[in-house]
Amino acid sequence: MSNSLQQLADTLRNTFADKLVSVEEGFGELTAEVNVDQLIEVASTLRDNEDLAFQQLVDLCGVDYSQFGQTEWQTNDASRSGFSRGVDSGTTMGRLQFGDELDSVVSEGRRFAAVYHLISYRHNRRLRLRVFATDDDFPVIPTVTEVWRVADWYEREAFDLFGILFSGHPDLRRILTDYGFVGHPFRKDFPLVGHVEMRYDPEKERVVYEPVSIEPRVLVPRVKREDHRYLSADQADEVQDDA
Amino acid sequence: MPEIKNYTLNFGPQHPAAHGVLRLVLEMDGEVIERADPHVGLLHRGTEKLAETKPYSQSIAYMDRLDYVSMMCNEHGYVMAIEKLLGIEVPERAQYIRVMFDEITRIRNHLLWIGTHALDVGAMTMFLYAFREREDLMDIYEAVSGARVHAAYYRTGGVARDLPDTMPQYLENRWRSKKEADRLNKNRQGSLLDFAEDFTNRFPGYIDEYETLLTDNRIWKQRTVGIGVVSEERAYQLGFTGPMLRGSGVEWDLRKKQPYEVYDRMDFDIPVGTNGDCYDRYPVRIEEMRQSNRIIKQCIDWLRKNPGLVITDNHKVAAPRREEIKADMEGLIHHFKLFSEGYSLPEGEAYAAVEHPKGEFGIYLISDGANKPYRVKIRAPGFAHLSAMNEMAKGHMLADVVAIIGTQDIVFGEIDR
Repeated sequence: MSNSLQQLADTLRNTFADKLVSVEEGFGELTAEVNVDQLIEVASTLRDNEDLAFQQLVDLCGVDYSQFGQTEWQTNDASRSGFSRGVDSGTTMGRLQFGDELDSVVSEGRRFAAVYHLISYRHNRRLRLRVFATDDDFPVIPTVTEVWRVADWYEREAFDLFGILFSGHPDLRRILTDYGFVGHPFRKDFPLVGHVEMRYDPEKERVVYEPVSIEPRVLVPRVKREDHRYLSADQADEVQDDA
Repeated sequence: MPEIKNYTLNFGPQHPAAHGVLRLVLEMDGEVIERADPHVGLLHRGTEKLAETKPYSQSIAYMDRLDYVSMMCNEHGYVMAIEKLLGIEVPERAQYIRVMFDEITRIRNHLLWIGTHALDVGAMTMFLYAFREREDLMDIYEAVSGARVHAAYYRTGGVARDLPDTMPQYLENRWRSKKEADRLNKNRQGSLLDFAEDFTNRFPGYIDEYETLLTDNRIWKQRTVGIGVVSEERAYQLGFTGPMLRGSGVEWDLRKKQPYEVYDRMDFDIPVGTNGDCYDRYPVRIEEMRQSNRIIKQCIDWLRKNPGLVITDNHKVAAPRREEIKADMEGLIHHFKLFSEGYSLPEGEAYAAVEHPKGEFGIYLISDGANKPYRVKIRAPGFAHLSAMNEMAKGHMLADVVAIIGTQDIVFGEIDR
């Protein structure tokens, strides 16, 4: 970990103690995880504390972790199972069809997260903050619009695309999808082809919505390789032992 | 006649001053704006979701279509995020080429901005002038990538190919006389770098022309001075970046403060405004064009002297050369794997930001170790800027809304994504 990151991590640990679930470094960036109850308190301190001074919220985005690590192609047992290594259709998000359902692979309360990217112009550094919504069926996260005004539209976007509710938001409307749109399109269980398609009906003389007629098509399956270049030393040893 | 005081006005989505498909619902008191409610999303294509279902390299072309007037800067943000996760080195020459094209793109973007902004405010000639110069820059794009707009030139680990030694020529035909074709071809006799250098020599003179038309223009000043004032404190709160932030007096530029590629070797200055109004953001952008011109010159000098690789020779992420594919078994396998499955990124997440002409353009990439991203979030500068519309327009006249849209440099490709 570089010097300035280490310094920031220490400052965070000293300031917040057990209010942060974790502080981790990866790829030269610092990520802190916060409990949803303490978000507002932590966010206000991050902005107002002189040593931190994260004046600006650069980005806020929703993430749906429900299919994290799921693949469509088995790569481990190639020689034993021959060439039909494709995972059954319908069970993975790329091949999701109209009306199909997907099971979440993560434990309860770890599905929806909001990720905040902060920047401090005074100290010239960045921080990533992650908050998980505790209820998967009804994800609620308090709004940070009082702390950073720009969060207004970002939270509307995360609500629109992921269905994360930001409690206390002044005007939580859909923003990117069409007026009257149903569903939250960036959730992993929302098919890429969508649910409805629209056309002009010359008899009714208006635009009509119908269930989609196109088939989802995936040209390249989602593949995970046990690539030795990316394994840590322990993992590499494990792979060696298996072989 | 009954007295009507408050009413709601619908502006757009099809309106030439809306810069695309912006629908603005304005609550007015007479001619004064009380509340502005922008309705966006009419150009929403779900780029981020599409990227989740494609191998990494196939989404580069989508990035062009975000902010479709600064194509290569979008690509740059995306490939930088991938490179950060992969941890690969980009050859020095490729870094210089990227910096040069980022700055060419910045000039292109600012030329479109000044043309349309001035046109909205009532200065027709600016538009014609700005598009005259954009033509040369599009030719540079075309010479290097084959496309005038959606270049798809950047690659993970470098750029698609080296700069060409010749420029395409105009031909004599029924509509273009020999004399006319020769005039157009006059500065296209050498390599792309010669053509670009010729442009950088001419360009400062063109900027002077723009400034003669606008800087002290009474109408231009009446329409922009004191309009849409944003203080430094509010600029942070409203998520302003790039020229919008600098217009409010913050000396901040990612190219200087968090340098990427070879910007730390470049000699250039950051222009800063004082009042944070529409007029202040105009000289900021004008000066940025001059500074970009300086950077391009420095890149040209370096690129002339230093031939070399333009894409990494790590064939796990970048395809081998055609001869290697034909003659070498390993090259063939690399080629096959790259174009059938793509490359996998290590599990993790990264945020890479570039100083885009409009502000900070960031890509937040979450990888679960697969050959496709798990989540891509595009941080578009225009999205934050447009969300400040209500605060900037409140209390101004209807006609000032047009000036504010112009100064924000709105492009819907990136806002709606």
